[in-house]
Amino acid sequence: MNLKPKIRLLTFALIMLMAVLLTGCSEQMIVLDPKGPIGESQKDLIYLSVILCAIVLVPVLLLTAFIVWRYRDRKDSKASYKPNWEHSTKLEIIWWGIPIIIIAILGVITVKYTYELEPSKPLVSDKAPLVIEATSLDWKWLFTYPEEGISTVNYIQIPKDRPIQFKVTADQAMNSFWIPQLGGQIYAMSGMAMTLHLQADEPGLYYGSGANFTGELFAKMTFDVKATSDEEYDAWVKEIKSNYPALTEDGFKKLTEKGASNQQFFSSFPEGLFDRVVKQYIGKGGTGHHHGGGSTEAEASKDAAKANEHEQHEGMSDKEMSEMEGMDHGAVKTASGEHAGH
Amino acid sequence: MFQNFIDFMLNDFFVTGDPLILGAQVSIALASVAVVFVLTYFKKWRWLWTEWLTTVDHKKIGIMYIIASILMLFRGGVDALLIRTQLALPNLEFLHADHYNAIFTTHGVIMILFMAMPLMFGLFNIVVPLQIGARDVAYPFLNSLSFWLFFFGAMLFNVSFVIGGSPDAGWLAYPPLSELSGSPGVGQDFYIWGIQISGIGSLASGINFVVTILKMRAPGMKLMQMPMFTWSVLSSSVTIMFAFPILTVTLFLLFIDRYLGAHFFTLDGGGNPMMYINLIWMWGHPEVYIVILPAFGIFSEIVSTFSKKKLFGYKSMVFALMSISFFSFFTWAHHFFTMGSGANVNAFFAITTMLIAIPTGVKIFNWLFTMFRGRITFSQPMLWTIAFIPCFIVGGMTGVMLSVAPADFQFHNSYFLIAHFHQVLIGGVVFGYFAGLYYWWPKMFGFKLHDGIGKWVFWLWNIGFYVCFMPQYALGLMGMTRRFNEYNFDMGWQPLNVVSTIGGFIMGLAFLFQVWQIAHSIKFFKKEKSGDAWDGRTLEWSIPSPAPMYNFARVPVVTSQDEWWEEKQRIANGGKPKPLAPLEPIHMPKNSAIPFIMSVFFFIAGFGFVWGWTWMIVPGLLGVAICMIARSFSYDTDFYIPVDEIERTEAAALKGAN
Amino acid sequence: MAHTATSSHDKGHGHGHDGHDHHDHESIKVFGFWLFLITDVILFGTLFATFAVLRLSTDGGPTPDEMFKMPGVIAETFILLTSSFTSGIAVLQMHKGNKKGLIGWLAVTALLGASFIFLEVYEFIELVHEGVTIGTSAYWSAFFTLVGTHGLHVSVGLIWMVGLMIQLARRGITPVTQRKVNIISLYWHFLDVVWIFVLTVVYLMGVM
Repeated sequence: MNLKPKIRLLTFALIMLMAVLLTGCSEQMIVLDPKGPIGESQKDLIYLSVILCAIVLVPVLLLTAFIVWRYRDRKDSKASYKPNWEHSTKLEIIWWGIPIIIIAILGVITVKYTYELEPSKPLVSDKAPLVIEATSLDWKWLFTYPEEGISTVNYIQIPKDRPIQFKVTADQAMNSFWIPQLGGQIYAMSGMAMTLHLQADEPGLYYGSGANFTGELFAKMTFDVKATSDEEYDAWVKEIKSNYPALTEDGFKKLTEKGASNQQFFSSFPEGLFDRVVKQYIGKGGTGHHHGGGSTEAEASKDAAKANEHEQHEGMSDKEMSEMEGMDHGAVKTASGEHAGH
Repeated sequence: MFQNFIDFMLNDFFVTGDPLILGAQVSIALASVAVVFVLTYFKKWRWLWTEWLTTVDHKKIGIMYIIASILMLFRGGVDALLIRTQLALPNLEFLHADHYNAIFTTHGVIMILFMAMPLMFGLFNIVVPLQIGARDVAYPFLNSLSFWLFFFGAMLFNVSFVIGGSPDAGWLAYPPLSELSGSPGVGQDFYIWGIQISGIGSLASGINFVVTILKMRAPGMKLMQMPMFTWSVLSSSVTIMFAFPILTVTLFLLFIDRYLGAHFFTLDGGGNPMMYINLIWMWGHPEVYIVILPAFGIFSEIVSTFSKKKLFGYKSMVFALMSISFFSFFTWAHHFFTMGSGANVNAFFAITTMLIAIPTGVKIFNWLFTMFRGRITFSQPMLWTIAFIPCFIVGGMTGVMLSVAPADFQFHNSYFLIAHFHQVLIGGVVFGYFAGLYYWWPKMFGFKLHDGIGKWVFWLWNIGFYVCFMPQYALGLMGMTRRFNEYNFDMGWQPLNVVSTIGGFIMGLAFLFQVWQIAHSIKFFKKEKSGDAWDGRTLEWSIPSPAPMYNFARVPVVTSQDEWWEEKQRIANGGKPKPLAPLEPIHMPKNSAIPFIMSVFFFIAGFGFVWGWTWMIVPGLLGVAICMIARSFSYDTDFYIPVDEIERTEAAALKGAN
Repeated sequence: MAHTATSSHDKGHGHGHDGHDHHDHESIKVFGFWLFLITDVILFGTLFATFAVLRLSTDGGPTPDEMFKMPGVIAETFILLTSSFTSGIAVLQMHKGNKKGLIGWLAVTALLGASFIFLEVYEFIELVHEGVTIGTSAYWSAFFTLVGTHGLHVSVGLIWMVGLMIQLARRGITPVTQRKVNIISLYWHFLDVVWIFVLTVVYLMGVM
C-alpha cells in the first residue's frame, strides 16, 4: 500500500483549503476587531499572550523537528549516540528557568490587567454612564432602560462614546452576557445583579449572544447591539416611547414563559421590574441569598470575594448592603430570624 | 390498570418517536439477541462466567476495561459526528434542539468518564503490577468490584438513551438548569446515578493503585527507581483519592435536591447554584489532570524505549508530575473567571493556572532531550508520541492564553475553548493512551498490531484532528458560542464549520481503520515470541507475552532504574545470567462472583432511584449490603499454585518462544 | 528472567512463610484503610464546607438557635465519646488474648453506638414534628445532610461490628480477625473525631 503520496496530497489540499478559509474569515474575527476600549485592551492582551507564548513555542517546535530528524535511527548515522546520558544540571536550569521567566512576565501583566479590566469597575469618561438592565429569560433577553423608561427584547441601542453600565441577571438558568466587539462577557445569574461596563467607540451594528447554556432554545438567545450618535439614540428612544405599547405585568409574565422571541419594543415597563427579578427567590423575610465569589474552602478566594462583594450586589438596597457587610465582619446575626443570607 | 402501564411504558419509560433512537433500540435488541445466541451456540456461558465475569486477575480486568472503553469511544464518537453534522448544516434541523442538547451532554460525559477513565484504568491494571514486579494489585477483589461498578454505572448512564430520555443539561450539569425546575425528566437522574456508581469504583481504584505502588513493589525497587509510568499512575491515583470524594458529595447533594426537595443548589429556599459550580470544578479540574498524567507516563516510557536511551531528567520528571497533581487542586476557579468573583480571586487563580505550565513545559524538554543523542525508531507507539509533542505544545499554549483572566472574558464558552480542550484531551490523552495501547498490546495479547494499517490510522487521526479543531479556534474568535445547535449565516461561521465536520468524519474513518487493524491482526495472527517486543527497558518485558496468570514465576530483585535493560546490557557484555532460585508455590487470590453480583444490585438500586421506585431501591440496596456481609464472612479467598503447574506454564511459554 | 529472587523477604512465597505472609497481607489492608479514611476526611470536609457556605441561608425560616435542644446533643456526645473509649478497651482485651472480653466490650461499644443513633433519630423526628425538614431551607438541607451522613457512617459501623462479633465468636482471635478489630476501632475513633467537629461547627456555633 503506497501511503505517502496520497497522504501528502491530502494534507496539502486540506492545508490550502484551511488557509483560504481562514484568510477569508479574518474580517469576521470579531473578537480581534473590537469597537470599544474594553475589547481593545482585551485584544492587545490576546496578542501579547500569543507573542510571549510564541517565544517558547516556535523554538521548541523547531527543536522537536530537528531532534526527530537528526537522531532518527539509520545505518550510517553520524549523529552522536549516548545511551546513558540522562542528566545535565545546566540544561535543567535553562528549561526550568525559561518558562518561569515567561510565566512571571505574563503573570505580572495578567494581574495588572485583571484589576484594570475588572468588569464592575466604571470606565473613565466625562459622560455619566447609561444604565441598561439585561435579564436572561427562557429563551430571550429582556433589556430595560431605567433612565429612559423603555424596554426591548433581543435588541439594544446605545449611544457611542458613552460608557454603558450593564446590570445583568437571569430569571432561571445561568447565562452569560456577551457582546464580543465591545468586550468580554459576564455571567447572568438569578438572585444577583452583575455589573459589566462597556463602551462603543464607533457606530455600528454588533452581535451579542448568551454564552452559557440555558436549555432547549439556547441558540435563539442572540441579540443585536446598535451603536449610534447621541442624537440618533435620543430619536430612537422617542420613537419607542411614542410608537410602541407598554410592557404590562401580564406582558412580562408572558415573556417569562419558555420560548424564543423576535425583537420587541416597549414604551414603558413596570417599575422596579429588574430588582424584582433579582429578588424573586428571596424567602419570607430573608434578604439576598447569594455569595459574590467562590464559595469554597480556599482562604485566598474567600478573602478576595469579600473584598469585592459590594460591587457584585448592586441590585440590592443600601440596607441590605450594610447587613451583608456587617456579616462579613463577623457580626453574624441580626434580630430574630432575620439573617443576611449568604 | 394494564392500560396505564402500557401508557407509562410508551410515554415515559421508553423513548419513542425519534427514528435515530428507534434505530438504536432495535439494534440494541438485535445485538443482545445475537450475543445470547452466540454464547449459547458455542457453549461459552460458563467460560464467560469463570474466566471473565468473576475474575480477579488484573490483566483480564484491564482487558475488560479496554474493551468497554473502546465501545464507549464508539458511542461518544457517534455523538460527536451527529453534533458536527448538525453544525455543518444547521438549517436542515438534522437534530431537534432537545436532541442536540442531549447528545452534546452525553458526548462529554461518555468521553471523559466512560472512555478516558476506563482506558486509563485498563492500562493501570495491565501494566502497573508487571512494571513493579508484583503478582497482582494490592486488593484484587476490590479491583474487580471497581471494574463492575464502572461498567454498570456506564450502562445505567447509557440506558437513558433508549429508556427515560438522556440528560441534556451539559456534561457538568450546572444548576439551576439541572435541578427539577430546569430538568424535570429522569435524564438528569440517570446522569447522577450513572456517574455516582462508576465514581465509587474509580475512587476505590485510586486507593488500590496507591497501595499497590507503595507496598507491592519487587524487593529492591526504591521509589526513585520506579518506571516513569508507575510514577504517573501514583500521581494520578493520589489525585483521584483527593478529588473523587468531592464528586461523590456534589452529585449526592444534587440528588438530595431533586429527590428529597432540599435546597443546596436551588434558586429558592436559600440555595446556592454557584456552590455547585465551585464544587464540581474542584473535582473537574483535577479530573483532567488525572487522565493526562498517565499519558505523560506512557510517553516517558515510549520515548526512552524507542530512542534506546535512558529517560532524561528522571528526578525532574517525578517532581513535575507531583507538582502538577498538587497544583491541579488550586486552579478550579479558572473555569469561571466571568462569574464576577472579583479581581483578587481571578488574579490568584490565573497565576496558579499559569504555574502548571512550568512543570508541563519542563516535561516536554525532558522528552526532547531523551531523544537528543538517541537512536529513534518510528514504530507505532513512537509515532503517536512524536505527534503528541507539537500538538500538546500548541494546546498548552492556548491554555496559557485562556488563563490570562481578563482575556478569558472573550474566550470563555466560545469555540476557542472547545478547540483548546479537545487539543489537549485528544492530542494528549487520546494519543497518549493509543500510544500505550500499541506499546503494551503485545504484552496483553501476544501479538503486535499490523503496521501498515496502523500508519493509515495514525495519519487519518492526525489529519482529521487538525482539520477538525484548528478551524474551531477561528470560530471562537468569530464569536461562536459552544452548545449552539444553529446559527445565523450572516456570522460567516458555516464554511469553517463544514471544514471542521470533514475533520470529524476523517477521525471517524480513522476509528474504522483501527477496528479493521485489530480484526486484521487477529486474523493473520503472528505470535510475538520473545515477550520483549520492543527491546524494552522495564520488568514487564522480562516475562512471556501474554503474561502468565501469576506474572512472575520468581519475584525479581531490582537494583536499578531500567532493570531489564541493564540486565540485558550486562549479559551482552559477557556477564552471566543470575542463577535461578528454586520455584515455590505461588499465593494467588480466588475468583469471586460477589463484585459482579454486587454491582448488579447497585445498578438495580440506581435504576430505582432514577424512577423513584421504592420497591426497586430497597431490594437493590439490601442486595448490596448482603454482598458486603457475605464478603466479610468469607475467609477462603486465596489459594496456592503448585510448583509443577508453574513449571508446566513456564515450559509452554518457553516453547512458544522457540 | 530478570533477577531472581533469592532474598527471603519477598512476599507470598509458600507454605513455609504463612505467618509472615498473613502479617504482610494484613498490614497492607490496614494501610489501605488509612487511605480510605483520607478520602472520607475529604468527603466530610466537603460537607462541612457546604454547611459553612449555607450556615446563614435559612431563607427567613427557622434558625438553629430556635430549634436545637442541646441536652440531647450533649448526651449524644458523651455516649459516642464513651463508646470510643470502650472500643479502645476491646482492643486492649484482644491484645491480652481475651476473646470473651473482646466480644463483650465490642458489644458495649455497639450498644452505645445504637443509643447514639437512637437519640439522633429521635432528634430528627422531633425537628420534623416541629416543621423543620430537609426541604425547609438551604441551612436545614445542609444540617440534615451533614449530621445524617455522620449518622449513616455510625450505622454502617454498627452492622459491621455485629458481623465482626459473630466472626470472632466463630473463629477466635486470628491475624485476620485481629486486623478487622483494629480497623473497626480505627473507624470508630475517626467517627468520634468527626462528631467533635459536628458538635462544634453545627451545634455549638449554631446556638452561640
